[in-house]
Amino acid sequence: MITAKKLVKRFGLKTVLKGMDFSVEQGEFVALIGPNGAGKSTFLRILSSLTRPSMGMVRVAGYELPKQAAEVRQRLGVVSHQPLLYVDLTASENLKFYGKMYNIPNLDARISEVLEMVGLTKRKNDLVRTYSRGMQQRLAIGRAIVHDPDVVLFDEPYTGLDQDASAMLDEVLRTVAARGRTVVMTSHDLARTEDIATRFDVLTRGKIAASATKDDFGRGNLLSFYKNVIAEGRNE
Amino acid sequence: MKEERSSNYLRAIFAVAWKDLAAEMRSKELLSAMLVFALLVIMIFNFALELDIKTRNSVTAGVLWVTFAFAGTLGLNRSMAIEKDRGCLDGLLLAPVDRSAIYFGKAISNLAFMLIVEAIVLPVYSILYNTNLFKPGLLLVILLGSLGYIAVGTLLSAMSVQTRTRDVMLPILLFPIILPILIAAVRASGGYLQDLPFDQILPWINLLIVYDTIFTAISFMVFDYVVEE
Repeated sequence: MITAKKLVKRFGLKTVLKGMDFSVEQGEFVALIGPNGAGKSTFLRILSSLTRPSMGMVRVAGYELPKQAAEVRQRLGVVSHQPLLYVDLTASENLKFYGKMYNIPNLDARISEVLEMVGLTKRKNDLVRTYSRGMQQRLAIGRAIVHDPDVVLFDEPYTGLDQDASAMLDEVLRTVAARGRTVVMTSHDLARTEDIATRFDVLTRGKIAASATKDDFGRGNLLSFYKNVIAEGRNE
Repeated sequence: MKEERSSNYLRAIFAVAWKDLAAEMRSKELLSAMLVFALLVIMIFNFALELDIKTRNSVTAGVLWVTFAFAGTLGLNRSMAIEKDRGCLDGLLLAPVDRSAIYFGKAISNLAFMLIVEAIVLPVYSILYNTNLFKPGLLLVILLGSLGYIAVGTLLSAMSVQTRTRDVMLPILLFPIILPILIAAVRASGGYLQDLPFDQILPWINLLIVYDTIFTAISFMVFDYVVEE
């Protein structure tokens, strides 16, 4: 579903991604973890066609980036730490706007379905500026899946959320993944990530340093697995 | 297929414009800033200039376009800052539509805000300066001048909003480029206010139409490159 080969991204003289290889099968929930500045967000921006790679090949849902960016965008949903919502519009109006941009048929029915899924039906006519951070993040997920994408990218979705809001977000993430969608998520919250992802890739120094499933390192051991990989990277 | 694509394109343009207008009708942040600024400028000029009828007709065009141009930069800056500050620009760029649709949608809403401000400023100016500004020719010039201003301003605001000094950057980028539009608009407006013969005004109107067309075409072609990283 997602393939990146020998991916390089440079910002001026600084090389962020240094020949990165990465692939995700359909229906997988991959957590991309790594220290700050490792290039996780840059990589997700390349996958979402918001940034052009300097070199290398990227395919998402069978389409090549950046050549077939419009086709990729049709099949992609993105949730970042910013909600990408208009605070002076209501939840319904935000979804209606994005629905029109994606040319969704039966839009009103789809909006009701999405609001129900993210638990915001009762507040659908309230302005987004009156929402808590957790509610905004749930609506952001609704916005990202309103066009029923095959691939969903989450960039640090837990940023700024308290424990209750994070737990609620877990449920929404599980629902999103349960529908067979391919998910790639970056996060620093390893405990939550371990619960919901099926595979864990450690991105450090511009490359994937290790990739493992829960079976590979054992339940509750993601933190030690991560620390070992980072320590090995430093020693090289 | 082609028809469907063009209807999607138009739908996206109107969705962007509708979203901006709906949000602004609630918050009124952008319009109130533009209006207060514009009204203050014409008030200051009213107190600063002791004008007889002849001088009044010759300076009115300049005062009006100074007011529109500076109030316009406030609106353009704010309109794009709303998109940038909460990451909404990324949300727009993620939509599977030609990115020029985003440009035209933003341009339509920016033009609507500018025309609303002008529609309020003109009668106030008429009362304060005792000058009749409601001449069809003058209104046409104001429309053409605003079109060109917004065509360039929307593109440059998308560029300047990515910089750290966006509030300062927009006027620095914008005014040198729109100078031909401002000159043509001031001269054509002045011509109508001084009741000059139409053949003396026509070249300025033609210049406005040519610049509007060129700037809109260039913006349509380069917007994609301006917003992409």
